[in-house]
Formats: sequence, structure tokens, C-alpha cells
Amino acid sequence: MNDAAGGQPLLQVRGVRKSYRSGGGTLEVLRGVDFEVEPGGFVAIVGQSGSGKSTLLHLMGLLDAPDSGEVHLGGQRIDSLSATRRDRIRNTEIGMVFQAYHLLPELDALENVLAPLFVRYSVGQWLRQRGDARRAARELLERFGLGGRLHHKPRQLSGGEMQRVAIARALVARPRVLLADEPTGNLDEASGSGILDTLCELNREDGLSIVLVTHDTSIARRADRIVRLAAGRVEIA
Amino acid sequence: MYKLLLCWRYLRTRWIALASVISVTLGVATMIVVNAVMAGFSHEMQTRIHGILSDLVFESHSLSGFQDPAWHMEEIRRAAGDSIAGMTPTVAVPAMLNFQVRGQWVTRQVMFIGIDESSHAQASDFGRYLQHPDNRKQLSFGLREGGYDTVDSQGDGPAPTRPALEGAGWPHRRMRVERERLWRERQEDQARESSAAGPVRPVDHQVDAVLAATEGEQPPADDDSPADDKAPARADPFRAARPEEGRRMDPAKEQFTGIVPGIGLASFRDSTGVDRFLVLPGDDVKITFPTAGTPPKAVSDTFTIVDFYESKMSEYDSNFVFVPIQSLQRMRGMIEPQTGIPSVNSIQIKLRPGADLDAVRNRLRQVFPAELYAVSTWRDKQGPLLSAVDMEMAVLNILLFMIIAVAGFGILAIFFMIVVEKTRDIGILKSLGASASGIAGIFLGYGLFLGLVGAGAGLALGLAITWNINSIRTAVEWCTGERVFDPSIYYFFRIPTIVHPGTILWIIAGAVAIAVASSVLPALRAARLHPVEALRHE
Repeated sequence: MNDAAGGQPLLQVRGVRKSYRSGGGTLEVLRGVDFEVEPGGFVAIVGQSGSGKSTLLHLMGLLDAPDSGEVHLGGQRIDSLSATRRDRIRNTEIGMVFQAYHLLPELDALENVLAPLFVRYSVGQWLRQRGDARRAARELLERFGLGGRLHHKPRQLSGGEMQRVAIARALVARPRVLLADEPTGNLDEASGSGILDTLCELNREDGLSIVLVTHDTSIARRADRIVRLAAGRVEIA
Repeated sequence: MYKLLLCWRYLRTRWIALASVISVTLGVATMIVVNAVMAGFSHEMQTRIHGILSDLVFESHSLSGFQDPAWHMEEIRRAAGDSIAGMTPTVAVPAMLNFQVRGQWVTRQVMFIGIDESSHAQASDFGRYLQHPDNRKQLSFGLREGGYDTVDSQGDGPAPTRPALEGAGWPHRRMRVERERLWRERQEDQARESSAAGPVRPVDHQVDAVLAATEGEQPPADDDSPADDKAPARADPFRAARPEEGRRMDPAKEQFTGIVPGIGLASFRDSTGVDRFLVLPGDDVKITFPTAGTPPKAVSDTFTIVDFYESKMSEYDSNFVFVPIQSLQRMRGMIEPQTGIPSVNSIQIKLRPGADLDAVRNRLRQVFPAELYAVSTWRDKQGPLLSAVDMEMAVLNILLFMIIAVAGFGILAIFFMIVVEKTRDIGILKSLGASASGIAGIFLGYGLFLGLVGAGAGLALGLAITWNINSIRTAVEWCTGERVFDPSIYYFFRIPTIVHPGTILWIIAGAVAIAVASSVLPALRAARLHPVEALRHE
């Protein structure tokens, strides 16, 4: 049931544990989580606040390292790589979308979308790639209905627009997997369902693998598969 | 790529950071101005020291000097070869200069220097500092028929005029002789008329009129202190020799041996910057100096001032009196009676441009025994003064650099604030794959940009102030009514400035380095931020 027909999972988490020191004691957030995403899959992780779902997403996105356990991407273990390699994978293989959009306020919409490419390229490389990169970013924004807002700063955009810019940013580098952390959490229902439609469309039409973290089961139902997380463990649904 | 972009965006959106580099700007501007003015003063001083001292001074330890300068000059030429451009012998002895001002004898301690009028200008810039245009071309110890500069020839601005020099020269001398003659006749008349009835009161409108005409702006002499060579002069011992001389020569047509005293000996500058003269070219003075031989005896003679020497170095201008070397040698008994071979104290040597001063000095020191001769460069002569100026400059530079260092701490504080403010953005960049060194690079680059902006603004401000410093001085004086640059203290009318590109480069490099160095700690802090915590930061 977990494996897609005929293949290796794209993203695999094996026996991951993670605890934080808080106050006097340690808080065990993840207590041995096993989890897989098949290529082209759309998985929702649901759970109460504090159930460790965001931490799991951060571990998959290499923003944090597990205390024990392994994270594999396309069959390769990625959590134990050097900092430089992990930076590289974060930049090229993984796209992330956050609840609070996390756009850079100094850059306009187009530049925010281009940010991963700014990070990837040196000045010389950027000057050579500039035309293609800009075209790709503009196409993404136009696809998300933001063609007229290319040069607006984040503070001039609505929440839904900001989140669509953030999704475009996550996609511009053509990642293998998109990790979305409560992408609709700060949005009203209409904007939120618009964002979800966009994600579903990306999954269906482009075959993009998506991991969506949410506490809202109605949102989670839009995914192919739901994984419940409670008290740091995957609940058998 | 993102580093440059973000640096640039932060630079354009964070004005508070620009405020933190204002102190860098001010520090750099101050350093540039101070260095330019100090270099200007130092350069002026060196030119003037050098102007009078010539490149190398070859001198004897004794006051009586060494015999046969011609032979010595031959030897020097043989030793130093082709690096010598010119040589001139001089005789320098300490002496006392005496002259009468309004009936009072003024005595000044001077250095009495015999120079060769034909060759002295070859060895130093002496000629440039004279007050008569013809003397600047070729020095002559003959009194000139007027034509002395009434405007300072070296001041390139609206220098105060010297109206007193207008009539200097023969006209002044004739006027004075005429006045003395009138005075003597008047005295004789009065002595005849009132044999013993009451004191002599020289109230004579004709004399007063002459006085007023000759002395220009000076107030007419009042009755109790008769002007110039008058009543008290008769009690003076020097006066005894004068009548015989007077009978032998006509002072209105002839002169004594010409001398060129420093202008500081003959004048003082009042608070408005106008020079007031105590004696003028054409006046006679007495000089007492030691003879050659052991022990030296003091002898006196009368000389006529033919010009003034003004190097703008008060040390020289109030100390030196120049006289033809042959006259001084004769009067001091420095010429061997049988052979007619003269002696001199020293030989001034001018080198060709580009010749190595110290190397030539060392070669001469090898050839001439140090027990008999001292060979020194002009720098050696003024070593303590020059090194004091250098020291002063070094200390000032250290102090001013401290200002920029203090500015560095301002940048440090503001950068820490910016890192805190930008914590979330740093997290975002890390989630997009930015490396720790890349994040540090943003802030280091930002520090570099700020340093460049601050130093650039400082450079512009500093140069603007330096190039307009004299107008600024005038404006400040006009506003406050205080004299900022008192020409009665300094002999320059304008504040001299020299901008050395090398110095500016160092200042700017230092300022930028401080800005970058003070952004290192905040940059490290930013690089070490944990991405998850940074993203959660609100």
C-alpha cells in the first residue's frame, strides 16, 4: 500500500528521532518515525500542534538534522552529507513553502521567485543564465495569475498572492519534491482553497511530489494519502 | 550573486546604517584635511629651510674658519665629482645689530653672514626671498633708487601692503640726511640764540612736516621723544665716529657697506597683518662682531641696509644679516696679509637634481677629517625640527584614526541590530540553500559597501575642505570675528595645503578595513544562526 507500483520511494524517512532541550528536560518530538513518499505522490501529514509534523518536514528539508535515523532522497542518504552538499540539495532538489510565506521584503515578486537561482549562481553564471531564468520565473508567476504583479514588493501583495509567489519560488529550481508547511494556515478559506487547487494541479499535471503538513483534516483529504502523526509516532490509520 | 544583490538592497533601504558611517566620513575628512595642512606646512618649512641652507654645508668647527676656500672647493669637486651643481663660500659669525628707533638704540643678536653675491644664488634660493625685484634677479649690495615691493612678492593672495617700503632706498636716505641737516642747523641756531635759558625744545613745524612725510602712517614725533638720530644720539659713543665719516663722505650720495638683514629684525607685524618697519633700506645701522684670531676682539662698523630678506621662517628672518663676504673677511682680518689668501667658515654646496644627498655627504666625510670639518645635509641641520613635525603628524594621525576606530564600534552595534532584524530573512536564505559563508558574505559585503560609501563621502568632503580652506577660514573669521590664522604669528598669508594621493589611499584603506573588520562579528553571528529557529523568529 505504501509503495508506488514498481519503484523505489522518492523520499524516505527511517526511524527518525529528534528531541529538543527545553527548560530543564528534553522534549522528545519524534520518537522513531518511518515515512515514505513515492514519486509523483501527494502525501498529507496531519496531527495536533506539537505532534512533530513540522519538525519532520524540517528534517526532510534538511533544515535540521535528526538525532538518529536516516533521510533518503532518491535512494541516497542525505542527512549525513557535508554542509555544502546539503545546501546544494536544499537549493536544487527540494522546494519549501511555509505558513508565513517567508518572502524577502527587499525583493519584488519576480526577484523573490528568482532567489534560489541567485543563491545557486555566481555573478558570472547569473549573467549568462539571466534571460532563461527570468523567463522561467515570469512564466511561473503568470501561470499563478500574478503576471501583473511581477515588480510588486511582498508588502504590496495579499496573503494568497504572497503564498503563490512562495510556491513559484519553490518551483523555479525544478525540485524533485515540494514540502509545504501549513501553506493555507494564514489564509482565508477562498485563498486557501485556491492555493490547494494550485498544489493539486501541480501534482496532477506536472507529476510533482508534494508533502503537505496541516492540522486540518479537510485540507488533508485533498491529498492521495494521509499520514497521521501523534506523540512523535505515525498512527496507523 | 544574492550577496551583492542583498547588500545593495540593504544599502538602499537601511538608512540607519548609513548614519553609523557618518563618523567614518567625518574621520576620513578630518584626516585628509589635517594631513594636507600638515604636509603643506611641513613642505613650506622644508623649502624655506632648504632655501637658506643649500643642500650640503661644509664648515669648520672654529670661528676663524679655514684658509683658502678655492682649494677646498677644488677638493670637494674632486671628491664629489659630477653631483655638484654649485658652491659658494660663506663666513658666519655671531654679532650684534644696533639701530636707532625714535631715539632709542635697539640691539638685536644676529648671525652675521658673509656671502659671495655672484655665486650665492647658485647654491641656495637666497635670491628669491629679497624685496627688490632686481635683487631677486641678481643680488647687489648697492642701495637701489626705490622700487622695493610694497606687496609681499610671495603672498599669492590679497596680501597686506607695505606702504612703508614705497620710498625706501635712496629717496629715503636723502630725506633722512636732509632732515638731520635741518635738525643740526636748528640746534645750532637755538644754541646760539638762547645760550643757557631753559631746556631745548625742538618744536619745529618744518621738521614735523618732513617727519610726517617720510614716516607715512606713523604718528608725528612728539616733543619729548625726538624722532630718529637726534638729541640722545649726541651722548652715544658710536656717534663720535660719525662726524669724521660724515665729513669724508656725503651720506646723501654715498652708502656704507651694504647689508641685507632679515625682515623680522627690522619690522613687526601688527594685528591687522600690516608690517610696521623700524628701519628701511637706506638707513644706517651698526654691527658689532668678533674678529678672527684668539681671543676674538669685538669690532663695530656702520652698514647701510640695502634690502630685506624674507624666507617666512621666523627663525631665519629674525636672525640673519647678510653682508658681502670680502668686506666681512677684511673687517674680521680673515685675509692673510702676505699672500692675500682669505679664510671662510663654511662652503655651501648645491647638488644636481637627483643626486643622493647622504651619499655625497658620506663621501666628503671620508675625504675631510671630522676633527677639522663638519659636513652636514640641510636635513641634518634641522633634524630635530623636521622630526618634531613628523612626530606631530604621526600622533595626530593615530588620534584621528581612533575616531574612525570608534566609528567601527558604531557599525558593529548597528550591524548586530540588523542581523537580529533580518534573522528570518537569513533563515529563508538558508532554506533556499544559501551556505553559512554566503550569509556571512552578505554582511561582510555590506560592511565593505558602507565603508566605501563612508570613506568616499569623507574623501569628497575632505578634499572640498582642503581646496577651499582659505575661503572657509575667511568665512569663519567673518562669522566669529576671531582670527583663525593670525598672520602676525605665521608668516604665510594663506594656509598651505598639499594632498598626497598615497596618504589618501592609506586613510581610505584603513577606514574601509575598519568597517569590514567591525562587521565580522555580526556576520559570524548571522552565519551561525540555526535555520529552523531563524525561520520561527518574529
